[in-house]
Amino acid sequence: MTINQSGWRPEAPRDGADATPATFTGNKALMLEEPLIFELGGSDRTGVDLPAPPSVTPRLGGLERARPIGLPGLTEPEAVRHYTRLSRQNYAIDLGLFPLGSCTMKHNPRLNERMARLPGFADLHPLTPVDGAQGALALIHLVGTWLKTLTGMAGIAMSPKAGAHGELCGLLAIRAAHEARGDARKVILVPESAHGTNPATAAFCGYAVQAIPATADGRVDLAALTARLGPDVAGVMITNPNTCGLFERDMIAIAEAVHAVGGYVYCDGANFNAIVGRVRPGDLGVDAMHINLHKTFSTPHGGGGPGSGPVVFSEALAPFAPLPFVEEQDGRFVLVEEETASAAHHEQAFGRMVAFHGQMGMFVRAAAYMLSHGADGLRQVAEDAVLSANYILRSLEDVLEAPFAASGPCMHEALFSDANLAPGFTTLDIAKALIDEGFHPMTMYFPLVVHGAMLIEPTETESKAALDQFIGALRSVAERARAGDATLKAAPIHAPRRRLDETAAARKPVLVWKPAPLADAAE
Amino acid sequence: MRYLPLQPADRQAMLDVIGAGSVDALFADVPDAARLDGPIAGLPLHASEQAVERQLGRLARMNQAAGDQPFFLGAGAYRHHIPASVDHLIQRGEFLTSYTPYQPEIAQGTLQALFEFQTQVARLFGCEVANASMYDGSTACWEAIGMARRITRRGTALLSAGLHPHYVSVCQTMARFTGDRLVTAVPALADGAPGDDGAALLAAIDGETSCVVVQYPNILGHVTDLRELAAAAHAKGALLIAVVTEPVALGLLTPPGEMGADIVVGEGQSIGVGLNFGGPYVGLFACAEKHVRQMPGRLAGETVDAAGQRGFVLTLSTREQHIRREKATSNICTNSGLCALAFSIHMSLLGETGLRRLAQLNHGLAVAAAERLARVPGVELVNGPFFNEFTLRLAKEARPVVRAMADRGVLGGVSLGRLYPGVEALERGLLVTVTETSDADDVTALADALEEALA
Repeated sequence: MTINQSGWRPEAPRDGADATPATFTGNKALMLEEPLIFELGGSDRTGVDLPAPPSVTPRLGGLERARPIGLPGLTEPEAVRHYTRLSRQNYAIDLGLFPLGSCTMKHNPRLNERMARLPGFADLHPLTPVDGAQGALALIHLVGTWLKTLTGMAGIAMSPKAGAHGELCGLLAIRAAHEARGDARKVILVPESAHGTNPATAAFCGYAVQAIPATADGRVDLAALTARLGPDVAGVMITNPNTCGLFERDMIAIAEAVHAVGGYVYCDGANFNAIVGRVRPGDLGVDAMHINLHKTFSTPHGGGGPGSGPVVFSEALAPFAPLPFVEEQDGRFVLVEEETASAAHHEQAFGRMVAFHGQMGMFVRAAAYMLSHGADGLRQVAEDAVLSANYILRSLEDVLEAPFAASGPCMHEALFSDANLAPGFTTLDIAKALIDEGFHPMTMYFPLVVHGAMLIEPTETESKAALDQFIGALRSVAERARAGDATLKAAPIHAPRRRLDETAAARKPVLVWKPAPLADAAE
Repeated sequence: MRYLPLQPADRQAMLDVIGAGSVDALFADVPDAARLDGPIAGLPLHASEQAVERQLGRLARMNQAAGDQPFFLGAGAYRHHIPASVDHLIQRGEFLTSYTPYQPEIAQGTLQALFEFQTQVARLFGCEVANASMYDGSTACWEAIGMARRITRRGTALLSAGLHPHYVSVCQTMARFTGDRLVTAVPALADGAPGDDGAALLAAIDGETSCVVVQYPNILGHVTDLRELAAAAHAKGALLIAVVTEPVALGLLTPPGEMGADIVVGEGQSIGVGLNFGGPYVGLFACAEKHVRQMPGRLAGETVDAAGQRGFVLTLSTREQHIRREKATSNICTNSGLCALAFSIHMSLLGETGLRRLAQLNHGLAVAAAERLARVPGVELVNGPFFNEFTLRLAKEARPVVRAMADRGVLGGVSLGRLYPGVEALERGLLVTVTETSDADDVTALADALEEALA
């Protein structure tokens, strides 16, 4: 097949709401419409120059492709322009405040990028002889040691590839620990205030999930939790600070109660940046906790990953940590894999979670961030994140309902609801109107325990001036929503796209590009 | 503290608005028993940019970067040349620090790029649809087995002996907890078809089989026609899952989807991503359209906005865990967005012409190298057909040979002893990978090093 080179040009928008005339191209000054690579490129074009292959008799066993792949090619200038134009249709932390609650978008130091690209890290093969990877193994060991220090825990698994993968790792260790005692437990308790990924993870490794309600002040209902505890409970999954932005002040009591029935405490560490350097989860009785390096230690999120989710373990669970891992032996770093597990006294390790050793690129970024901040700076990180969130909470609680404002300070995120907007106006309208104000919206409709939730996480990397500008914009939007300003319903009108029809996308999914039917092309 | 914009006066002004006397008051809910006073012991204090560069630079220089010597390692991670513009483009802040596109109106760049990526992957694999990427190839492989279980409602997966042993380990770890039954084998070094257990798999498929998982090309470099296996699996109501760890191979080879594979997964690291000592990588995942609602991971889909303009959104997210909680289709939460973008940019630069040329170059260099190495005394090439990776049977155990070659400054391959510890029959196996990054001089250096190590 050949690639469409028809000179695609966007349809002039069928514009209703604003009366400005459409441009011929569909472009709006600096905001340019951009076709797909399949509409731009050609099968005859390429952006790489490769030497001629040596002349040999092919040894492909008669399996040569019979048909072309159908891949468009772009020359280098076309590719640079295409992706640069696409990039400009994205909001990013480099453009402004990104107050996405529960997700921690903060400044990504470019030093970290430079370090991750050093050839000794970036151009290192995972199966290179370990003598030639001592620096890499030392770095993994260093980051692991510091994560254990910051959390007050005994063991670590560095290999999980993301937060949810870390959750899985923690729960697999819990299951392995129970199985080692011949005590096959079936139930994991998950409070309503925990992350939505937690129940999925528990179910995925074979547990029945039971929800524990939240109290009126947005925390785990300790009485309900202890009432449910029994010998069938493998453990509890708690997010602390929780998704209402609150510290679970009964954490130690919860842990003691769970331990008393032989269960383990899994803590979702996605919000660790609120307490890093001020609280060690190990001191709260936690047995396993993943740490989203991209949140607390600033790895860029790249449009949805890659992430990295190392898991720290208490003394009780440490022996079950998965392979492979790095150990220091006589001043040399070794990679403990399947064959060496028993030699290193880790025969109880529950197995391997990924092909290689985890997200080395993220470990380097985390190391750079930890070194740059140091013990003093990381403590300041938590303090400034919490200070900024409380500043937003108190600056807006007069215009937006703040369901837990009365229950004390919030941690690093401030939670509001849509309770006092005009009838028919929702959190969605607030969010889309914030886009027109030049801000990324907050997290919407999460946590589920609050109707029309708006979860705002300013982080520690915003100046007071930036916070004040955001507060002003949100105040203005909230006041319009309370007054029933119908123009909000059309928002966003200044973004690259108006509200997108997500229902249509799900009803009849179009997931790959296909050339237009011939009949259309002839028009 | 160069990343913290708040100044002491700002902090005081903010505390005044909050009505708190100090920052400590904001941590009032932390139990006294768990409070830390002062900076935590065991970490250094903050360091300047230059100091950090110096410390990490020292660690980086202790490693043998692939590009520093003749280099022939593969086995699931491949070194290819990445055009400079790939890294330049992914480092644009709007890609680098964009977030999961939950607000599609201001994430069209990421969403369109993912839609393009999905189309490229589907075409490369010969499948109808693909997702927006997985953590890596090994987790994609495991998720494919889970998907086959959901589709067929059967719990036995047959894993080919030619599947990467680390992938097998990942599947075994997960199966221990999910209750899937895995039937696995260790590859043999038989002449002409190393690691090919097609006949054994054909015989093992029965009414309990959810899927057959084969790697293409397999862990020992062998390529095999999948059509008979696909037909046999389908005849018994099972699915064929193909795993591709070297997608460059599909520039020349018939894709698994065209040979009847129902799900094709892979490791996309080869294109655009780099070695990174094992991660981050990018899992590729494609399947037939009829199975899309059982497919794990994120999906970008085309739609229109309120003004009728074409746009893209994340779609079918009702399968995902943040919504379906314990009924979610998979554990995967994020994708490898930035790596998928790098893959897609590199693939766009290659295009049909470039990918084909790159594949021819890899294959041609590998064939030439295999022929040269087979002339070294004590070396025997065991592959018949292969792409850019082949297995040598040495007169000696391969592990010390690899070490001896490394001491000579040649990273000469991966010993099968490292991949299959304790399997005596594979101890003399050496897996050699040749990509466009190796020239004739490198191959000569490898042949010389091998000859000396075997002498």
